[in-house]
Amino acid sequence: MNLRTPHPRGRYRKRVNVIALGLASIATALGLVALVLILVTTLLNGAAALRPSLFTELTPPPGAEGGLANALFGSLVLIFVAVLIGTPIGVLAGTYLAEYNTHPRLVGTVRFINDILLSAPSIVIGLFVYQVIVRPSGHFSGWAGAIALALILLPVVIHTTDETMQLIPLSLREAALALGAPKWRMITQVIYRAARAGILTGVLLGTARISGETAPLLFTALNNQYWSTDLSGPIANLPVVIFQFALSPYDSWHGLAWAGALLLSLLVLLVSIVARSLLREKAE
Amino acid sequence: MKGKDMQEGRSMFVASAQPDQRQNQTQDKREAAAVLEKPCISIENLDFFYNDRRALRNVTMTLPERKVTGIIGPSGCGKSTLLRVLNRMYDLYPNQRASGRVIMDGENIIGPDVDVSLLRRRIGMVFQKPTPFPMSIYDNVAFGVRLHERLSRAEMDERVEWALSSAALWEEVRDILRSPATSLSGGQQQRLCIARTIAVHPEVILLDEPTSALDPISTLRIEELIDELKRNFTIAIVTHNLQQAARIADQVAFFFLGELVEIGPSAQIFTAPKERRTQEYITGRFG
Repeated sequence: MNLRTPHPRGRYRKRVNVIALGLASIATALGLVALVLILVTTLLNGAAALRPSLFTELTPPPGAEGGLANALFGSLVLIFVAVLIGTPIGVLAGTYLAEYNTHPRLVGTVRFINDILLSAPSIVIGLFVYQVIVRPSGHFSGWAGAIALALILLPVVIHTTDETMQLIPLSLREAALALGAPKWRMITQVIYRAARAGILTGVLLGTARISGETAPLLFTALNNQYWSTDLSGPIANLPVVIFQFALSPYDSWHGLAWAGALLLSLLVLLVSIVARSLLREKAE
Repeated sequence: MKGKDMQEGRSMFVASAQPDQRQNQTQDKREAAAVLEKPCISIENLDFFYNDRRALRNVTMTLPERKVTGIIGPSGCGKSTLLRVLNRMYDLYPNQRASGRVIMDGENIIGPDVDVSLLRRRIGMVFQKPTPFPMSIYDNVAFGVRLHERLSRAEMDERVEWALSSAALWEEVRDILRSPATSLSGGQQQRLCIARTIAVHPEVILLDEPTSALDPISTLRIEELIDELKRNFTIAIVTHNLQQAARIADQVAFFFLGELVEIGPSAQIFTAPKERRTQEYITGRFG
C-alpha cells in the first residue's frame, strides 16, 4: 500500500475534520465560560464578605451585622442525618439489585424506577415530604428536611452500589462460594470489600448533590433565625438562607448570601475531590 | 477440643503418607492397575443441561483416591462443566441442572438435600484465573477456615502457615502476611488460591486450568505442587495442555462434545489410545 500518494478524498476529510474540531471547541468554550463566570463571581463576592464572625455569629435581622453559624451548623446536621438514613438503605437496596436477581422482572422495574428518581426534580421530593410529614405533624422540622435530602441521596447510593457490585467479577463470587461460604458471608466479607471504594464514592457524590439542594428544604426544614439543635422544629440551613438573603433588599444580607454561596461551593469541591481520589485509588 | 480437631486433621495427612509410598512402589510395577484403585468419587450416568442444551452425556467414571485425574478435550466439550458439577457450582445458576448420580462416601452429592456448604468444604476448587480476595494474604487463607471452624489465634496461625507451606508459598510470603493479596504476582496468587483451598482440609481438589494464565516457571511450580498434594488429596485437573496432563496425571479422561470418549492410565491414553477420536486429538488433528 502506498502511503505517500494523497488520498483522493484526503482534502475533503481534512476540511470536515477542521470544521468538526472547530464546532466542538466552540461548544466547550461556551460551557467553560459560563462555569468560570459563575465561579469567579462567587469567589470575588464571597471572598469580600468572608470574615471570622461568619462562623461565630447568628444570621442577623435586616440591616444588622451577623454571621452564618446557625445555618452552617444546621446544614451539616441535616446532611449528616440524611447520609445516615440514606446510606444503609441505599446500600442494602443496591445489594438486592446486584446480588439477588431471583425475580428479574422486579429487579428490572426497581432499576427503572430508581433511574427516574435519580433525575426527579428535587422540588417534587420537597412537596412529597411536605405532604407526608410536614402537614400531618402541623409544623416544619429538621427531620422532614433530613428525610427529604435522604430521599434525594437514596437513588444515587442505590445506583452506584448496584453498578459497582455488578462490576465485581463473577469469579470472585464463585471463589468465595467454592470454599463453602454462605451467600451472605460472600457478600459482606468479599464483595463489599471489593466494592468499598465505589460505594463510598457514590455516597460522597450524593452528599455533594444534597449539600446545595434548596427546594426540598424550603418545604420541610424551612429556616430559623436563631441557634437551634432541635430537629423536630424548623432549623437554619445554608441553601435556604442564601435563597432568602439574596432576594432581600439589604446589603448586609447580600454579603452573607455570597459568603454562604462560596462556603457551599467549597464544601462541594472538597467532597468531590475526596470522591475522585477514592475513585483513582480504586483504579490503581 | 479445638486443638484436638486440628491435630486429627494433621495426623490424617501424616498417616496417609506412608501407605501411599508403598503404593507408589507397586504402581511402578503395575502402572495399568494403579488407576483401578479405591474410588473417592464415582460418577454414574451423569447428564448436564444448560437450559435445553445437553453439555454432558451419560458420563460414567471414577476419581480414584489420592490420584490425579487429568481431564482433556477441545473447548466446550464439558470438561469444566464436569468439575462444576462435582462441587455444585452450577447451583448458582437457575437454568443449569444435572441428572444422574455422583457418589461420594455412599451419598449422592448432586441430590437435593445435600448441604452444599459442607460439600464444598470437602471438595475444593481452584479456578483458571487467580482470584485473591481483596484482603491480606493471611486473611485470604483464614477466610475459608473461619467459615467452618473456630480456632484460637495460635491455631489459626499454625493452620495458615501449614497451608501456605503446603502450597510452596510460605517462604515467599512469611514476612508480608499482612500485605494485600493482590500485591502478589500471578503465579503466587494462584498458589495462594491453592493454599486457601487446602486450608479447610478438603478431600478432593478440583483444578480448572490452573496454569493457563501463568508463565512457564510458575506453571512448573504448580505442577510440582500438584505432585506433592496428591499424597493427601484426590485431584481432578482440567487442562488444555496435553504435555501437562501427561506429566502430572495418573489417569486421563478424554471428553468430546459432552461425551466421555475414553478414560485410562495416562501412559496408555497418550501412547496407545483405543479410540480413533482420542488418537486424533492427542496427535493434534483437531481441537
